[in-house]
Amino acid sequence: MTTSSTLMGFVHRRRRGAELFLLVLALAVGVGGYAAVGVGVEGKVPADIIGYGGWLAALIVAAHIVIRLVAPYADPVLLPLVATLNGLGLAVIHRIDLGYAARGRETSFAQQQLVWMTLGVVLFVAALVVLRDHRVLARFTYTIGFGAIVLLMLPLLPFFEPINGARIWIQLGGLSFQPGEVAKVMLVVAFAGYLVLHRDALALAGRRLLFVDLPRGRDLGPILAMWLVSLGILVFQRDLGSSLLFFGLFLVMLYVATERPGWIVVGGSLFLGGALAAWKTLGHVQDRVDIWLHPFEYYRNAQPPFSDQIVEAQFGLGWGGLIGRGFGEGDPTRVTYAESDFIMAAIGEELGLTAVIAVLLCYGLIVERALRVALISRDSFGKLMATGLASIFAVQVFVVIGGVTRLIPLTGLTTPFLSYGGSSLVANWVIIALLLRISDQARRPVPDLSADEEESDDESTQVIKL
Amino acid sequence: MSELTLFLIRIAFLAILWIFVLSAISVIRSDMFGARVPEAARGQGAGAPRPPKQPKPSKRRGSPTHVAVTQGSSAGATASLAQAPILIGRGTDAAIRLEDDYASTRHARIAASGDQWFVEDLGSTNGTYIGSVRITQPTTIAIGTQVRIGKTILELKK
Repeated sequence: MTTSSTLMGFVHRRRRGAELFLLVLALAVGVGGYAAVGVGVEGKVPADIIGYGGWLAALIVAAHIVIRLVAPYADPVLLPLVATLNGLGLAVIHRIDLGYAARGRETSFAQQQLVWMTLGVVLFVAALVVLRDHRVLARFTYTIGFGAIVLLMLPLLPFFEPINGARIWIQLGGLSFQPGEVAKVMLVVAFAGYLVLHRDALALAGRRLLFVDLPRGRDLGPILAMWLVSLGILVFQRDLGSSLLFFGLFLVMLYVATERPGWIVVGGSLFLGGALAAWKTLGHVQDRVDIWLHPFEYYRNAQPPFSDQIVEAQFGLGWGGLIGRGFGEGDPTRVTYAESDFIMAAIGEELGLTAVIAVLLCYGLIVERALRVALISRDSFGKLMATGLASIFAVQVFVVIGGVTRLIPLTGLTTPFLSYGGSSLVANWVIIALLLRISDQARRPVPDLSADEEESDDESTQVIKL
Repeated sequence: MSELTLFLIRIAFLAILWIFVLSAISVIRSDMFGARVPEAARGQGAGAPRPPKQPKPSKRRGSPTHVAVTQGSSAGATASLAQAPILIGRGTDAAIRLEDDYASTRHARIAASGDQWFVEDLGSTNGTYIGSVRITQPTTIAIGTQVRIGKTILELKK
């Protein structure tokens, strides 16, 4: 046993030093970006650079120390990736604030985002400290699932106002919050708990039709329920992005849990059917598709629908070219919501394709790390949860950046960690905390109880031989 | 600010961004191509004699073939490890059915990884113990390790 354990013995190192090194680079990106914005737009390094940089550094170092203390084996790359994206996002949002100020609109998105980031890091730390074993969450599968559905329904209550036609916000004392962002994390946990228990029934029962193993009718219940929930979000909350995210998430997790392509076929056709029906019947979906296909016909139209947002974003990306205009030289505020949904257009305009690819690589690495956590995790609940959290990032980044670059019809979702938006930022920090917790469990060396046991066992066999 | 300075700042910022991405990738590389146990930590027996041992690891003296209940009301029940993963609990689908009031329907699972055997608690109410320690994650067991579930004790046997 001891020989075999060292032979399999792929022992993960802690790599906390590497994490610290990467965090210093991440800080350089964040603070450097802030300084570059100041130099580019106002012609001088911002006066509060020390305070700003110190605050950012304090947040990052705090997160790092907590990881050292409570999750020493956690993945070393995730936190730096997130810190870089968040720092870059802050710098770009600050740039957009200055852009709005030049147009006479006073905004303080960057300060608010910094406050939200602080809250996010606090929750990140709390999650890591409180949750010492992610499998505790499996005990509350149905409670968490119920909570997620309640949170999703909350904005439909009559006393919350829709914003831009979408009923996804709740307003509490001047703060608006998107409960859907928290619900997505809870849904992943609930799905993972449910699928761990039921995947055998989902995977093994069913009949074969044309090379595809179709699932049993009665097992279709949960997938149909999920499909209805996401259609409900689409119809009642008019939120295309979240609906796509939830359904895609569920499908990925179902496929990973059962290893059955049949679910992809069933889920994919349900999605196509739902999307076609929505396109036929819902006006706002039709507008989105028309604008996607023929954006210039709706540019500066006399009456809605307008395509100014997406067209200006295309102009910005094109004008930015390979290395961008440089901070202060572009005009990203021509795009409405440049600070949230369209932040990738602002990055593309002022920093060019080079930075856009770097950002995409960062997202790719986050997803890769999360999937690697799923691969090396020893318990199925952790595996499924990590896969689900990875697919949240993957689907969300694909949907929103695909929308901004006009690969797919535009749907409103935030770009994780970059966009201005408190609920999304906080929820994403918690996702990272969960991933680090699972990876700490997975990379920690197996407590080896076998060594001395075997010796005593050898002795007893010798006695029998005598 | 001159045009050139702004240009240099832009290039420098993009460079930092890419240096970060590339360093992150190089840290990941060590995960891909292995961070094996350092030679010193492997112990003395880990050197040359190991490769010849390898050809038949499963038939090695000391590799378990079945799991048996040694104490408790279901004492004597066994299950072959060939059917791994083995489900233990009070439910009808369990490979080892326990008549133990303290066991859950799906209590624990014994599964293999490489040639090590793991016992994993499936979120049972009263827990699975190795010695006096309640396990919280899949834990390696060897022949003779006593796994306690309620009043029942299970062991791997040859």
